[in-house]
Amino acid sequence: MNDATTARFVNVGERTNVTGSARFKKLILSGDYTTAVEVARQQVENGAQIIDVNMDEGLLDAVEAMTTFLKLIAAEPDIARVPTMIDSSRWEVIEAGLHWVSGKPIVNSISLKEGEDQFLEHARKCMAYGAAAVVMAFDEDGQADTRTRKVEICKRAYDLLVGIGFPPEDIIFDPNVFAVATGIEEHDRYGLDFIEAVRDIKEQCPHVHTSGGLSNLSFSFRGNETVRRAMHSVFLYHAIPAGLDMAIVNAGQLDVYDQIDPKLRDACEDVILMRREGATEALIDLAESFKGTDKVAEKQAEEWRSYDVVKRLEYALVRGIDAHVVADAEEARQGADRPIEVIEGPLMAGMNTVGDLFGSGKMFLPQVVKSARVMKKAVAHLIPFIEEEKEALGVTQAKGKIIMATVKGDVHDIGKNIVGVVLRCNGYDVVDLGVMVPWPKILETAKQENADMIGLSGLITPSLDEMVTVAEEMQRAQMKMPLLIGGATTSKVYTALRIDPAYKGPVIHVLDASRAVGVASKLLSDTQRDDYVGEIEVDYEKVRISREKKGKSDLLPLADARANAFKADFTDKAPAPAHPEQHVFDDWDLSDLRDCFDWTPFFRSWELAGTFPAILKDKVVGESASSLYEDAQAMLDQIIAEKWLTARGTCGFWHCTRDGDDVILDDGTRLPMLRQQIAKSRDRANFCLSDFIDPTGDWIGGFAVGIHGIEPHLERFKADNDDYNDILLKALADRFAESFAERLHQHVRTQLWGYAPREQLTNQALIKEQYRGIRPAPGYPACPDHTLKPILFDLLDATNKVGITLTESQAMLPTSAVSGFYFAHPESSYFGVARIGEDQLEDYANRRGMELSTAQRWLRPNLH
Amino acid sequence: MMTARERLLEQAKQRILIMDGAFGTEIQNKGLKEDDYAGDLGLGHDQQGNNDILALSKPEVLAEITRDYLEAGSDIVSTNTFSANSISQADYGAEGLVRELNVASAGLARKLADEYAAKDGRPRFVCGAIGPTNKTLSLSPEVEDPGYREITFDYLADVYQEQAAGLIEGGADFILIETIFDTLNAKAAIFAVKRLEQELGHEVPIMLSMTLTDLSGRNLSGHTVEAFWHSVRHANPVAIGLNCSFGAEQLRPHVQHLAKLTDSLILAYPNAGLPNELGEYDEMPETTAAFLREWADEGMVNMLGGCCGSTPAHIAAIAETVAGKTPRAPVKVVPATRLAGLEPFVMAA
Repeated sequence: MNDATTARFVNVGERTNVTGSARFKKLILSGDYTTAVEVARQQVENGAQIIDVNMDEGLLDAVEAMTTFLKLIAAEPDIARVPTMIDSSRWEVIEAGLHWVSGKPIVNSISLKEGEDQFLEHARKCMAYGAAAVVMAFDEDGQADTRTRKVEICKRAYDLLVGIGFPPEDIIFDPNVFAVATGIEEHDRYGLDFIEAVRDIKEQCPHVHTSGGLSNLSFSFRGNETVRRAMHSVFLYHAIPAGLDMAIVNAGQLDVYDQIDPKLRDACEDVILMRREGATEALIDLAESFKGTDKVAEKQAEEWRSYDVVKRLEYALVRGIDAHVVADAEEARQGADRPIEVIEGPLMAGMNTVGDLFGSGKMFLPQVVKSARVMKKAVAHLIPFIEEEKEALGVTQAKGKIIMATVKGDVHDIGKNIVGVVLRCNGYDVVDLGVMVPWPKILETAKQENADMIGLSGLITPSLDEMVTVAEEMQRAQMKMPLLIGGATTSKVYTALRIDPAYKGPVIHVLDASRAVGVASKLLSDTQRDDYVGEIEVDYEKVRISREKKGKSDLLPLADARANAFKADFTDKAPAPAHPEQHVFDDWDLSDLRDCFDWTPFFRSWELAGTFPAILKDKVVGESASSLYEDAQAMLDQIIAEKWLTARGTCGFWHCTRDGDDVILDDGTRLPMLRQQIAKSRDRANFCLSDFIDPTGDWIGGFAVGIHGIEPHLERFKADNDDYNDILLKALADRFAESFAERLHQHVRTQLWGYAPREQLTNQALIKEQYRGIRPAPGYPACPDHTLKPILFDLLDATNKVGITLTESQAMLPTSAVSGFYFAHPESSYFGVARIGEDQLEDYANRRGMELSTAQRWLRPNLH
Repeated sequence: MMTARERLLEQAKQRILIMDGAFGTEIQNKGLKEDDYAGDLGLGHDQQGNNDILALSKPEVLAEITRDYLEAGSDIVSTNTFSANSISQADYGAEGLVRELNVASAGLARKLADEYAAKDGRPRFVCGAIGPTNKTLSLSPEVEDPGYREITFDYLADVYQEQAAGLIEGGADFILIETIFDTLNAKAAIFAVKRLEQELGHEVPIMLSMTLTDLSGRNLSGHTVEAFWHSVRHANPVAIGLNCSFGAEQLRPHVQHLAKLTDSLILAYPNAGLPNELGEYDEMPETTAAFLREWADEGMVNMLGGCCGSTPAHIAAIAETVAGKTPRAPVKVVPATRLAGLEPFVMAA
């Protein structure tokens, strides 16, 4: 199901605007609509959320050009998927455009310029066609230039529109951005007036949005792109917090605020915010020194560019620099007899160096992934030439072919992608089927591709069961190829006990990415394979035997476990929540979340061992970790400045009682919990989450948070063969989700539930969970049944409220998401339910109203 | 006096309302001949298969079918006017009769609805049905020329307005824009109805029903269910939903999705299953009803009926199985700018 993209700040692309793009104008004037459509496609591919179409050019029949272009892009699903902004100063062009747009577009613009009657007539038309409208701060006396006039006109327009039933949320005010630093004194206030007017308008006109065309602002600095970009970025930096929702700007014309030269940034701020006398002169002076500076700096930094091409390729591969690799690969190709030689020669040599460095621990995963990106780009450039050369087809002598997939029901793929990259770097041909892959697809592809082995990945526990299914199906299809198992919840024990017996071919658990190459090479070696497979078989048999011996003797009968329940002191229980209603957060501040990142797991996902921040100074991995950390910081700046991601979350609280091990909400919802059954030493209780709930009446909470909006960026990286940034972004999105859960929990403790109003914890203390209360998640050790998730989601209406959905295996989408229950009792703590007995399984299935076989399937990891 | 919108909303609070089923299959069963269709209208063309013309040439056949549905328990009956527009009627040389056709068809349904309402005091409603026509505004019929269109927005809006005016004149309470495969066609229909409202000086309430072309949940013009809702919300529809497409089993997730979004009533009238190898619908009334009972149990619908292959027996089974079930409570929609291309886009307000 595809839920709407929700945005806080929207960049409207202006590349399909004849007044904003000289290139587009030329294309339209020459009638080259085919290329013009490609411009629109690129714009959407580059992440434009709305495309602005403007054909206001004296030499054009604007009605004809507008309708022709709109009809053409309507035929392109990749373009038509985003809303259109029909932009013209002439109403007949807009109305003609409205005839050919099938979704809900934005009209840009209408205004009071020609008086109220015409304004309202146009507004009524917008309502009849089903369009939102940009309303310019323009009236009978002209365009508003001061803050007072801007606000006055917008308020007047607002009242008129609401008066005829125009939905206020469909109004987008444009209070006019004018050029500053023109040398004319009255113009000095223009930037500041706009920003202040935006704030006033948002206050006085509920539900409206605001927008502005940015390119006017820096008009005085035409030809000096560095300064223009800085001005636009600084302007947005101040206008967005004031309430600006949308800007028409070429995304390429923006810089990350923090990365602008501080001197230039200050000078721009002085001008835009009118911070001091003589600001304009200062900026003009400074601007001189920024003319063409970009290029000088680049040249200096790139001495290595003078090396010969083979050296350059190796340098680029080892350093992971992709800027020139296509040009270099091309140069190498021209100097080679056959294009394949470039791959087999300098590129493979470079990758071998990388492989050696990685193998000997001198290079680390993040760097390897960057190198792989360079390699991919070079190869992508060479492939067409190789294919042209027919006899060379299939010459890339891969060491072996591996089919990789995250199994059905699971959406996690960071680990799988890393393994894929490492294998590719080492010369294996990897066919990556992506996530949520059903078994028929895996088997079919393996056969079609004549693969040498299959690699399965999964993060959540139900995926283990799905892996067993894949193994069984491989057996049914009488396949022989090795099956590799990997992913965070997989283990040697589980592989040995459950997956290996299902399939007669070799089944091998791969602990982490660094082992993948070793395993693959042994399996494909004529001399080592049989010994290796034999060793594994013996090893797994040992695991099975030792498990067998352990037997079931150490489990208590359920009744005894219950008798040894934890006895909480309920005189001490938390008070009723201060704000018991449900809370929804549509856009939690990402900078706030960034501040409480727990970085250690981030490095772990890149297989860099150590705790943060010590890891940055670590003798072995320090350099690699620091470089990765820097890249992560830069990407975080961009994620936040350009609003790549949106953190949406919700939490709620329910009064409840207890029925045995079940928590019962007042509306009758039953939340059955599982109890530890392992025999404990004398003092330790057999825990169950319901032990923390007062049977005579208590409260429980629940939450779900998710990080939305990652897809277009991942697509962009994928299209660019950029695994490094793809993995980096996913890893950061996971951090955002975790820190959101942490932050929300804190907000719940101190405010919403408010049982710990005076809690003050450092970030370190937060990460170490030195606070009162827990938030166990369904599917994790204290609450291993994933199928409590749909109940939790229903209670929170989470899919509706915050757009998080569940797959059939109860994995959450978006992938970076966390959900769980809140327990507030001071003695509540995390524990693992671990192994349970048949008696509890049956009892639980009864309480859940579930078929025994279903319960068995979901709880299998807790049954062996 | 309460408006039709208000009266319907009041009924919809109390129970799940029952719509009617298909006309096509019922008419087919009557085994009508060319003479029955042509009547003494004196049209030059062959009329066999022009079901809509029966409102003039054989009104008693349509009356009998509508009566069967009212007997089966329909609260809302629709007019047999799916193709009663000048584009479709031109194929039969009957484009000159469009207004009369719609007036007659609506008048017939009105009379019966009032008769049944008078009998048991339960309100009955008439939907004036507007089909999509066989032309599309969003797509070019010529593969090599993607910018080409067979018709224009203004032309299509005029076609729709002519039909809607006839339906309202004949006594329809609502205009049901149904089987929407092209969202832009529906927008032209909405535009036409709004223009008609202005001419008449009173509200002409709208119902909208989208049809999906594939299981992923898009219509032919490519809109997702949510994007569709964004694109037509300005119609302020009394009810919005899905019809035709597939059977209830396959339609379910999409109805559920829409039900969670909209502040309008949710309507749904699926086909009687998927067609068999012979292209016939053979899902039994009890089977359809059992699927729809689940929908009712989950509180996701307000109005239920049937599309292709459904019969008065299906409607009776549905009416019986959902009787007494709680209708869906419309969602409270928070203000936000809801835009759409083929996919939805929201700016929080």
